[in-house]
Amino acid sequence: MAPNKPIRLTIFSTPCCLPVVRAALEKMCEMVGLDSRSAGGVVLSVDEALTNVIRHAYGGAWDKPIEIELSVIGDSAPAGLRVCLRDYGRAVDPSQIRSRDLSDVRPGGLGVHIMQQCMDCVEYRPAEGGGTILTMVKRIPTKEEGKPQ
Amino acid sequence: MSADATGSPVRAIHWRGQTVIVEVAGDIDLSVSPAFQHALLKLLDRRPLRIVINLAAVPYMDSSGVASLVKLLARVRKSGLSMCLTGLTERVRSVFEITRLDSVFVIFGTETEALR
Repeated sequence: MAPNKPIRLTIFSTPCCLPVVRAALEKMCEMVGLDSRSAGGVVLSVDEALTNVIRHAYGGAWDKPIEIELSVIGDSAPAGLRVCLRDYGRAVDPSQIRSRDLSDVRPGGLGVHIMQQCMDCVEYRPAEGGGTILTMVKRIPTKEEGKPQ
Repeated sequence: MSADATGSPVRAIHWRGQTVIVEVAGDIDLSVSPAFQHALLKLLDRRPLRIVINLAAVPYMDSSGVASLVKLLARVRKSGLSMCLTGLTERVRSVFEITRLDSVFVIFGTETEALR
């Protein structure tokens, strides 16, 4: 049974916290009813987003707060998962956040592409009081969508 | 914990002729990717002709781990050497597919196939 109230976690911006968040997300995806491939995409996307916060919003500082909220979407039955990440670091103009050209094979810059590929919605907005709120949504694929091509 | 005392997820390195085989274990994310990259690039000091990276014991890899492999691949190509990846778990393979790097790297199912 999926939780009917949001689950909130606050972590420090240290990479040591990432496996803990991944484990929580994995369980949440299972409870919501996401298949293994979708769950893998959600876990990877959130990990990439947290990595970006640590590296870019907080410039590599390991002692800054990141708030994570996991919510089930849907009325009578779970229809998907919403993940909100809130940081208090350097804000980025949302219009400047975009995927890069993948034909240019070089290290780095793949996180945004991964999030856009794996999630149904990725939305950045400036937070009141500074920092950024990132909201990502993953819907449970319908039976039609889930059919092999 | 799968990383060693240095934080590197490289578990073992062995040779077959002039091919170096690197066994990697554990999740590869931001906490271990700097040590992973360092260990990979150090391989070039040993002057192998070919590098085989066995990822069968890596359940998870993020883009920072992928970036370490891309950096090694660039150095390998520049030096006229070759490298391949083997044993990718489903989750790790999907990262390469999503980033379209599955067509950039030479990937074998198993280490045995890579060494055939």
